[in-house]
Amino acid sequence: MSLDGLPPAQQVVEDALASAQTGSDHCVVLVEETSEVEVRFANNTTTTNGSRRDRRVTVVAMRQVPGGMAAGVARRGGDVDVADLVRAAEQDASDSPPADDVSPLIGPGDSSLMASTARFDAPPDRTDLSVLSGVLAGLSGAFARGRTDGYVLAGFADHRLATTYLGTSTGVRLGHAQPDGSLQLVARSTDGTASTWAGAGTPDFTDVSMADLEAQLRHRLAWSTTRFERPAGRYEVILPPEAVSDLACNIAWELGARDAEDGQSVFSRPGGGTRVGEALATLPFDLRSDPSEPGLECTPFLTAGSSSADTSVFDNGLPLTRTEWIAGGRLNRLRYHRAGATRSGVEPAGFVGNLVLEVPGATGSVEELVARTERGLLLTCLWYIREVDPATMLLTGLTRDGVYVVEDGQVVGAANNFRFNESPVDLLGRATEVGASVRAFGREFGEYLNRTRMPSLRIPDFNMSSVSQAS
Amino acid sequence: MQRVPSLHSPPGPVDGDRLSTARDAALGEAERLGCSNTELRIERIRSQQVRLRDGRLEGAADDTELGVGIRVMVDGAMGFAATVSTDPGEAARVVTQAVEAARLIARAGGTPVELADEPGHGVVDWVAPYSVDPVDVPLTDKVDLLAEWSGRLLSSEGIDHVTAEVLAVTEDTYYADLAGTQATQRRVRVHPSFEALAVDPEGGFETMRSVAPPAGRGWEYLHGDGWDWDAELEAVPGLLADKVRAPSVAAGLYDLVIDPTNLWLTIHESIGHATELDRAMGYEAAYAGTSFATFDQLGTLRYGSEVMHVTGDRTTPHGLATVAIDHEGVPGQSFDLVTDGVLTGYQLDRSIAFTSGLGASNGCAFADSPLHVPIQRMANVSLRPAEGDGPTTEDLIAGVDHGLYVVGDKSWSIDMQRYNFQFTGQRFFRIEHGRLVGQVSDVAYQATTTEFWGSMEAVGGASTYLLGGAFNCGKGQPGQVAAVSHGCPSVLVRGVRVLNARQESGR
Repeated sequence: MSLDGLPPAQQVVEDALASAQTGSDHCVVLVEETSEVEVRFANNTTTTNGSRRDRRVTVVAMRQVPGGMAAGVARRGGDVDVADLVRAAEQDASDSPPADDVSPLIGPGDSSLMASTARFDAPPDRTDLSVLSGVLAGLSGAFARGRTDGYVLAGFADHRLATTYLGTSTGVRLGHAQPDGSLQLVARSTDGTASTWAGAGTPDFTDVSMADLEAQLRHRLAWSTTRFERPAGRYEVILPPEAVSDLACNIAWELGARDAEDGQSVFSRPGGGTRVGEALATLPFDLRSDPSEPGLECTPFLTAGSSSADTSVFDNGLPLTRTEWIAGGRLNRLRYHRAGATRSGVEPAGFVGNLVLEVPGATGSVEELVARTERGLLLTCLWYIREVDPATMLLTGLTRDGVYVVEDGQVVGAANNFRFNESPVDLLGRATEVGASVRAFGREFGEYLNRTRMPSLRIPDFNMSSVSQAS
Repeated sequence: MQRVPSLHSPPGPVDGDRLSTARDAALGEAERLGCSNTELRIERIRSQQVRLRDGRLEGAADDTELGVGIRVMVDGAMGFAATVSTDPGEAARVVTQAVEAARLIARAGGTPVELADEPGHGVVDWVAPYSVDPVDVPLTDKVDLLAEWSGRLLSSEGIDHVTAEVLAVTEDTYYADLAGTQATQRRVRVHPSFEALAVDPEGGFETMRSVAPPAGRGWEYLHGDGWDWDAELEAVPGLLADKVRAPSVAAGLYDLVIDPTNLWLTIHESIGHATELDRAMGYEAAYAGTSFATFDQLGTLRYGSEVMHVTGDRTTPHGLATVAIDHEGVPGQSFDLVTDGVLTGYQLDRSIAFTSGLGASNGCAFADSPLHVPIQRMANVSLRPAEGDGPTTEDLIAGVDHGLYVVGDKSWSIDMQRYNFQFTGQRFFRIEHGRLVGQVSDVAYQATTTEFWGSMEAVGGASTYLLGGAFNCGKGQPGQVAAVSHGCPSVLVRGVRVLNARQESGR
């Protein structure tokens, strides 16, 4: 029994597997332990905060039913009655038709997962508010500077340690501890005419600082003292890595093979099949995910709490490896579960918890791209991005918290916000300059995936569809 | 499917003895530590998602979330802590943790937190109206029903693929606070949907999704109690075939007759979020955004035309935001937001009610999980229909010379202050000289909130009224998801900018 009255995760895994021996042909047990803290602030004061301890236990029961193998999934939180949970999963398996995504469960022994095998035996990682002590210590000074200099600060800092335990009836025992954190700041001028944002992802808050982000905000607010009105239209735009992150995550989200094969995605080939192999851009963009990407390390095996079009509960424990979704500007891979990959004669590719977009050898910071711009707009980040037309992957969304006017290589002031309508796949094809890839926190997708490394991009003709009065 | 009688008393998230033990332990510890307000929430949220693709089960998952969340106020600061352990000893420990958090955060600086007063409401037991607990229905029945729907669509000519899914949730909440309120509530909701897809061999595709709204109803909803599924299943193949053949829209200004199946989302984004006072006062500046409808304009802001009357409520039967008592111990109620086209109210929780000086909260606090702190979330925000018989949708269409009739929601996006929005839909019918003359494709409509509502010439009567809504409204950090309903009639809006989505993508 652990300190908070819950049995150890490993015991839950073993008890569930033992309980499933009588009623299941195969079984997968996933225990996700989460320890999380956060603090919010706005209007130069702290607002809400929280600390939580979560545990979710997922049991996947596989049962032979007439016509094939079926899977049933049940998940419960907290101090779970393991036998009851296993029975619920088994009941769902019995109630289900044969699954379309059946593959033989993976066995133990993949040499790439030795560290994960060892991690299974260790207790979960825990965090507490002390990890945010640097942020908290910096807040009162930052609030005071805001009051003095005519702006209000808002923001959010959170830290989460998620430890996953996976066990299967085929003998797989894997564990992984995933740290995740972020710090975001928004400064709004007291008169409401200017607003700007900075954000960063971090595993442990040793590599981000309030002072750095605050300095960025103050720099950008200073740019905003000169205001320009700009109409809708096509502009030369410099997308910073934070904006590119959100666009690249949207592309990654759409890389599902089933939709592409069924003719219902931007990656479908007219007449049937997919666009794999087709050039999407003339610049040699690579878009990849890799569990061992330096600085962006993430879970090296697949966990699936339910099946979907391209993810299968039968693939739990599958080693995840470097996956090049786009290579040299060509569409290279789509997301497949093993059953789908077998049907299509390709290699499976699972979802990996990081994303890198780069042009190998590209150099240059946002500042250097600005310095090479005769006339254009520098964005801060994008917001409320939604798909308008899946056939072209046309997205709409807004610029948010700072659009800056660049003339003769320098920022000369701030402009109004815009609504854009653009396809990120088209943008890869139209980019004329790419900067060095750096760790970047997407304003919208960062909440779900903040382990991304992105370049800045120059787009010569970005479609600003209308003006937004938001400031 | 077994039919069970309606419950008269809610079952509670865990058995009653454990609830009272946890309550006594938590509230006792809070008093001992000198807390003023303290709220304990124990919740069990059961959900189930089932999805079929081309009539075959693609994935299904049952989920039960169970946990204890405690918010304390101590020394002018607020602290929240939560755990999934329902061990009675844990409740007191979580209070200690919340108190420590409050004191630590208070030292970071800022102004003291205060809550609007709220009296105790004693013991409250409430069960939302439903007949069949949707989570209890066997998976076989769910798969069979969705497979039958899928089969009907797949057998129609011109349909290449079909997805069908249902989301079902049953929420059991126990709430207790130091003021003496002890509320036990059960809410249920379901969202069934299906989508048919036609692939063009030359490239591209079109879809048609059901426009049936999610509802605070049980499994009976899928058998016709509240929606005519047979009629919609029968209509969709023809509607999709027409959409495939439809010409691409010519961009320009159009008069729009907007069906409630589309308008609910425009209300949600441009009125629902804009009239959240925490946003309007800057408390969501870092995430969801702020609002053009600033507090200084209460009572004066011309939001829309004089036919515009909007209310917030947490009382509508089958409403997704309907409750008896909110997550701060405030009774569900109904209130005005826009009256005769003028901003007359906001949605409040207790913190913002105090800060704004508006007095008492109107009951809009909600947390999506026992592990999350309650924040101000949306009430059912609804547009009132015309009085009496009012115009029908056909009457509204008859008043348009050159326009579009907009049905079903699809894509949506709005800026951080709720000025500039863009929506698409499931289908758009061209109106010429007061009559529908077939569909057009690739339509998106774009407007600024007050201009749009200011151009609303007429609202339909009660016969056009429908309670729409969504399960997936997002707000707060860490992100929280809330279900909310929006009732509205069909409306006529003059001179709205319509874009051609294909042209927007440069094609």
